[in-house]
Amino acid sequence: MANTKEVRKQIASIKSTQKITSAMEMVAASKMKKTQDTMLEGRPYSLKIKDVISHVALANSEYPHPFYEERTPKKACFIVVSSDKGLCGGLNINLFKQVIAKSAELNEQGIESCFALIGTKAAGFFKSVGGQVIAVAEKLGDKPNPDDLIGLTKVVLDMHKNGDIDQAYLCSNGFVNTMTQQPNVEQLIPLAPEEKEESSPTQWDYIYEPEAKELLDGLLTRYIESLVYQAVIENNACEQAAKMIAMKNATDNAGDLIKELELLYNNVRQAAITQELSEIVGGAAAV
Amino acid sequence: MSTIKINIVSSSEEIYSGEATMVYATGTLGELGIAPGHTPLLTGLAAGPVRVQNGTEEEAFFCSGGFLEVQPDLVTVLSDTAERAESLDESEAIKAKEAAEQELANKDASLDYAKASAQLAEAVARLKTIQKIRKNQ
Repeated sequence: MANTKEVRKQIASIKSTQKITSAMEMVAASKMKKTQDTMLEGRPYSLKIKDVISHVALANSEYPHPFYEERTPKKACFIVVSSDKGLCGGLNINLFKQVIAKSAELNEQGIESCFALIGTKAAGFFKSVGGQVIAVAEKLGDKPNPDDLIGLTKVVLDMHKNGDIDQAYLCSNGFVNTMTQQPNVEQLIPLAPEEKEESSPTQWDYIYEPEAKELLDGLLTRYIESLVYQAVIENNACEQAAKMIAMKNATDNAGDLIKELELLYNNVRQAAITQELSEIVGGAAAV
Repeated sequence: MSTIKINIVSSSEEIYSGEATMVYATGTLGELGIAPGHTPLLTGLAAGPVRVQNGTEEEAFFCSGGFLEVQPDLVTVLSDTAERAESLDESEAIKAKEAAEQELANKDASLDYAKASAQLAEAVARLKTIQKIRKNQ
């Protein structure tokens, strides 16, 4: 039977862990509000640029952009968005599982994979798993700057331009609500062409200033960048929400453990007293 | 009087959304005036002011670059960074301009010439926006 001192020590250590996890829960809760606000602030831009892009897709452009072109795929690039810090439950690993599954599926069709990674966790994971990593962006913080992502996006787009890759996928967690985060793997390139509406006026095109090619290059690059940026800030909101839930669970579990241990402690104490008493009684009877 | 819908957004927030009788912007190829019913147009934006006129009221924004899309009933400004002109500080803009000019003068020192001239262009554009508002007041 365990002795009382040991049990007491264990209870004290679990209590201090519980304090840490409950503090982390509160930190995550306050950060979650901020990251959600950032996510919502970024939405108008991505909605508007989506509108513009869909108008562009409807126009009978004189210049078909390479991002719309369907090539026979030989190699695909996955842009994987993860968190920088751990302790957020299964958030990252659930996403990685989907990425690996998709990559294996493509592999069966004879399509190779390479990876562009955002966040320390993805970098660490794909380093241990193996796989060709073409770009890494780490430590973006709670309020990532769009500029920090331009480099990584450019690497991917340049490879697409040079024909090194034919498809690009954006993999990130979508924020459903505080309890639920949905890992998504979406096709980025080639861009899915919009359904042309029958009622829309046919045969029109923009006036482009300066050149259509230059302009569409810039606009579509910006579009891809904005999608990646939006994915990163959404993933941030997911990270804080998942962290809050994970830490809440840890705090609750610590509470349960403490309860059990306290019961055990009382049992042990009671047993010791009973034994002492019976020894005394036995001793007195012998005299 | 007919109006056109205008939305100004930057990557981190929505700046302005409303109706206008006339929109002025600085395109990469020069100044643009957009009235309702304009033919579809897609252009890059240079650093400079974007002015939104609704009847007699006018609001000005500073935009450091981006894209402008025009549909007959809709103008969308996708700005890299946009600020309400009232929040622009003239002394800050002048300081930025001077700093940029100084860096340009130091050309032989190991610095990024292209970056410095871009900074200068932006500072000058900010100043222009501020001065334009002053004139209108």
